[in-house]
Amino acid sequence: MSRKRLFQISRRDMPLVATFIVFLLLYAFGGFSYRNFMTPRVFLNLLTDNAVLGITAVGMTFVIISGGIDLSVGAVISTTAMIVAVLTKAGMNNVFVITIALLFGTTLGFLMGGMIQYFKTPPFIVTLAGMFFARGLGYVLSLGSVPITHPFYTNASSIGIRIGNGKLSMPAMALLAMILIGWFISRRTRFGRNVFAVGGNEQSAILMGLPVTQTKIAVYTFSGFCSAVAGFIYTFYTLSGYGLAAMGLEMEAIASAVIGGTLMTGGYGTILGTLLGTLIQGLIKSIIAFNGQFSVFWIKLFTGGMLLGFILLQKIFVYGTKSRRKKR
Amino acid sequence: MKGRQIPRIAWPLFALGLILLFNLMFTDSFFAITIKDGHLFGSLIDILRRSAPTLIMAVAMTYVIATGGIDISVGSVLAISGSIASLVVWGGNTQYLTSAGSQYYAPMLSIILIPLVASILLGAFNGVMVSFIGLQPFIATLILMTAGRGLAQLLTGGKVLNFRHAGFEFVGRGYLFGLPFPFLLALGVIVLGTAITRLTPMGLYIQAVGGNRSASNFSGVNTRLVLLFVYIFSGFAAGLSGLVMTSDITGADAGFMGLYMELDAILAVVIGGTPMEGGKYNVGGTVIGVLIIQTLTTTILTKGIPTEYTLLVKAIVVVVVLIIQSNKMREVMGKRQGKMMVKGGSAI
Repeated sequence: MSRKRLFQISRRDMPLVATFIVFLLLYAFGGFSYRNFMTPRVFLNLLTDNAVLGITAVGMTFVIISGGIDLSVGAVISTTAMIVAVLTKAGMNNVFVITIALLFGTTLGFLMGGMIQYFKTPPFIVTLAGMFFARGLGYVLSLGSVPITHPFYTNASSIGIRIGNGKLSMPAMALLAMILIGWFISRRTRFGRNVFAVGGNEQSAILMGLPVTQTKIAVYTFSGFCSAVAGFIYTFYTLSGYGLAAMGLEMEAIASAVIGGTLMTGGYGTILGTLLGTLIQGLIKSIIAFNGQFSVFWIKLFTGGMLLGFILLQKIFVYGTKSRRKKR
Repeated sequence: MKGRQIPRIAWPLFALGLILLFNLMFTDSFFAITIKDGHLFGSLIDILRRSAPTLIMAVAMTYVIATGGIDISVGSVLAISGSIASLVVWGGNTQYLTSAGSQYYAPMLSIILIPLVASILLGAFNGVMVSFIGLQPFIATLILMTAGRGLAQLLTGGKVLNFRHAGFEFVGRGYLFGLPFPFLLALGVIVLGTAITRLTPMGLYIQAVGGNRSASNFSGVNTRLVLLFVYIFSGFAAGLSGLVMTSDITGADAGFMGLYMELDAILAVVIGGTPMEGGKYNVGGTVIGVLIIQTLTTTILTKGIPTEYTLLVKAIVVVVVLIIQSNKMREVMGKRQGKMMVKGGSAI
């Protein structure tokens, strides 16, 4: 038993290795094609520019591992930024503003988790309603863009640690911190193990006496918290709140997790893979920006193609090991 | 036991009835239908016209979800179809796009057929990914959703392609027998879907695949062809929907056309009582689901409520419908869980 499990784990880490190799190849391709691509600045900017996506994707990974999905994340990001903008404009205390902003996403996640678990309604539809609610709240707060002029936010975007010719910015630090927290929770806590168990087979998890209800609600709460943090970080870039911001980010976050090797059926996934999935999407954007000849529309095509490549790779890899197929 | 069952369609009907009742009491002349310019005119007719693109999409989505799948690429397929249609109207030449408003008479048949064929091919791509390669439907269609949006934008070069074309404009704006033509197209798709699923064993196969794919495979159902069919049908419907929309707004905005429409379609299907696990479907429920969403939107508009509240109201209505539909609620109300009888074949 134990030998078999050990064998599976080593084999199961293969998608992560494959993702890492593709990341390196893409990075090397950029480095050989364009001067200054392999400088610390470009790499650190990669972290900064993808911090919002990466932080969101950490929460999304947990949700997907548990066998669910969270479509509300993009809307929560934009509404969190909107709350920060509106409350700051009203002259409220920063600590109070941040608390309210973080509480909004977390509470929404908690309520969605509760509804999914208590009423047994599909996560897809419940989080879609959550998306409507969050976007709707954002529009109600303001239809236009609300600027943030408070010095706390304008100064925060210039804070950072200099490394070479680059700067490890606040968003990048937040991303690394959230990845570390996510990794710790998924690999080193009882809750993390429960998430995997619930996603692997919910019925078995119930029979094993695991706290399935609490785990599932906690997963959506955590995802809501992650998107709220991402939304807060988002204000550092844009220095404004805008109801239409972060449109479609939920699908990018799902793509990050899937490229990183997380299975949509639940039960398997890694936070490190999700970070790599996020950075690969960022690399595609950087390379196209460096190239300058391709239009931005190629980003979506390349990301789609990359997604297809990864899935087929995974498929080939899984083919021959296990034929257990689960229905979504 | 059978006598106590409440058909699942009762709940969405109840919700639609409530919204209509609200309008009967509080909105003046909501139910008034007059004849204007030779066709019917009124809020109800407007609801039918505006709901057509989502309705076309949602009917096909019902079959996809009945197989236990999902198709989130339809919004992008819609954008591709609309972009191609605009390009064909322009004779494939986007060079003179600045002179919006000039007439170009591309043959009607090519404007309709080329986008539809492209959409069917995209649907087939999804179908092959799901059935032959064995990808999960969400992922397979996520690929096309992402790449398709980029493709549509590449096709139009990121521009909004406006055009004038008297013949093509009829598809989205015309009236036939006094009724909006898009709605008649939606009816046509419903009839087509119903004919295929009820006159052939396809309906039974779809439920079988959704219920248990490997079991139906062993019992001789060609599950791959069934899956291929539902995704092709979904692609076709998305393409048709794109034609209606492009024709209605006489232009294609590849970046925003049909954005999030897949979610509305899926929402309508689920509100209509088709479970996401598959195995059962209820096209009538889907129609009501779409009508609920559109009636709600129209109500908000006619009541003069600021549009920014639309999404909030929508969220609340969705949550309420989900709760009254849930098994928990049935338990609380002391009703036994009614098994939905599917029209096509209740044998499974």
